[in-house]
Amino acid sequence: MKRFIGFVKKEFLHIFRDFRTLIILFGIPTAQILIFGFVVSTEITDVDIAFLDLSKDEVTQNLTDKFCSSGFFRGVDNLHSYNDIDDILKSGRAKAVVIFSENFGRDLMSQGKASISIIADGSEPNTATFITNYASAIISDFNKDFIKDGSESRLLVQSEVSMFYNPELKGHFMFVPGVIAYILILICALMTSITITREKEFGTMEVLLVSPLKPIQIIIGKVVPYFILSFINVILILSLSWLVFGLPVKGSMLLLLAESMLYILMSLSLGIFISTVSKNMQQAIFISLVGLLLPTILLSGFIFPIENMPKVYDIVSSVLPPRYFITIVKSIMIKGTGFLYIWKETLILILMTIVFIGLSVKKFKIRLE
Amino acid sequence: MTNGKVITVKNLVKKFEHFVANDNLNFDVYQGEIFGFLGANGAGKTTAIRILSGLLQPTSGEVIVAGFDAKKYPEKIKKNIGYMSQKFSLYQDLTVNENIMLYGGIYGIRKKVIKERTNELLKSLQFEEYGKRLISSLPLGLKQKLAFSVAILHEPKIVFLDEPTGGVDPMARRQFWELIYEAASRGITVFVTTHYMDEAEYCDRVSIMNDGKIVALDTPTELKRQYNASSIEEVFVKIARPNRS
Repeated sequence: MKRFIGFVKKEFLHIFRDFRTLIILFGIPTAQILIFGFVVSTEITDVDIAFLDLSKDEVTQNLTDKFCSSGFFRGVDNLHSYNDIDDILKSGRAKAVVIFSENFGRDLMSQGKASISIIADGSEPNTATFITNYASAIISDFNKDFIKDGSESRLLVQSEVSMFYNPELKGHFMFVPGVIAYILILICALMTSITITREKEFGTMEVLLVSPLKPIQIIIGKVVPYFILSFINVILILSLSWLVFGLPVKGSMLLLLAESMLYILMSLSLGIFISTVSKNMQQAIFISLVGLLLPTILLSGFIFPIENMPKVYDIVSSVLPPRYFITIVKSIMIKGTGFLYIWKETLILILMTIVFIGLSVKKFKIRLE
Repeated sequence: MTNGKVITVKNLVKKFEHFVANDNLNFDVYQGEIFGFLGANGAGKTTAIRILSGLLQPTSGEVIVAGFDAKKYPEKIKKNIGYMSQKFSLYQDLTVNENIMLYGGIYGIRKKVIKERTNELLKSLQFEEYGKRLISSLPLGLKQKLAFSVAILHEPKIVFLDEPTGGVDPMARRQFWELIYEAASRGITVFVTTHYMDEAEYCDRVSIMNDGKIVALDTPTELKRQYNASSIEEVFVKIARPNRS
């Protein structure tokens, strides 16, 4: 045990002595939170939309006003026929068209349902998603008012659940879980794979293997400091988003921290696995950055919604651990749900951890042979 | 330890799938001996060293190092040997003292003892003032000497040196060999591989490997007499490339 502690101490020395490592460890998370919070805004305001009102009654007028006064949309035109839709979208004067079917108001009153169509410009898929999400939120809001009058409406079903939990539609809420997910996987997987391959490259790994330290002690000793520092990072990110953006954790803090530990563990085992398959540091960095960082940012639902992806990307994304962690963090932080709602994602992360550790042990043995 | 033998190797075979890296090796190494282990790249030296140091399991044969069977007790062997590799084996971003403390700790030496030995060691190498310097700031020759001293800090029975003097100038190499002699005189067995044939002349006995087999093993003087050569280098060339010489 004493041998082990000395070894862990040495790993801390490596980290604190290298300025670049420290920047990656603590500078990047801080910068990411601030940049995403202040600069990159995923909110939309004043998106140009057009209306095609085939009913022209009191209800449709009400809804139109609601759209235009929301601050998210600006009505630019009233169309007269379906033929105009193509023109206005093609010219780019509007990003979406809201269509009220004929007899909208009357159907709603008599049958309790009426249909509204939203056609968005799909050439900008991201904006289109936001538009449809925001529009559904507005409609659902309208429904709530309507229900108070004692009627029922099918339209209620259309509203997006996520909007319900983020009624102010604040962009900050969207990125904090994503930033935690990708910062942790960056630090854990990248840094552990680098630190282990560095020992290999400098020939110190051989000396360690010949020493009385057991291989498992070497690996754990190298990983423990990163576990501790990553955990500090989670706390740093959470406090920053709370202090700077006023974002509280709605659900159980304990659960959130426990899930973070699991995710850190998973990322560390992934890092160990990367180090066993890469020959040198360059390769480890390449695999971590190209194989992990980019897919995490692009495919895990951090920036681009998974619902909006083609099926192929959806499948690719389902093997990415951050996807599940983002879901977990969103559930706990924003919706305030408990463990019962996220046990599936938790189980997937546990399974992934076991798989990566298993593969690493196997690879490690083969390499020694 | 039997009759002062610290390494006994009998009929050692190591196979990787269909490739035979060590083909029926037989040799003994005695306490306090400087045993040279020569061979071209790929001759099977590294594999043999790895088996002797408990990193690899032999396919068949008997290997006893420091009194322990390499098949059954590789962990016990590890406690009784030192190792220094061809690639540099100290941590560049740690200071001299920190490196010594780390390796001392790994081998379970008590802190007080490590400090005493550190002082002795730095004094004998005449670089007391370097204790707080980072390894990366030291010249290569010094680093190599230090790495050797750290490898024998825990007073092992045997120290394995895998091409310890690669890339070092002749002067530093001579000084390095003085350290080796000094360790051997204290009873530490030195098992060394090298590319430099002049270094082979410094060894008590030399073995030469070729294609996984030991093809010659004797004192340098005897080898030169047998092969009618003026230097070990000539012996080596005659053995490794019999058709060309």
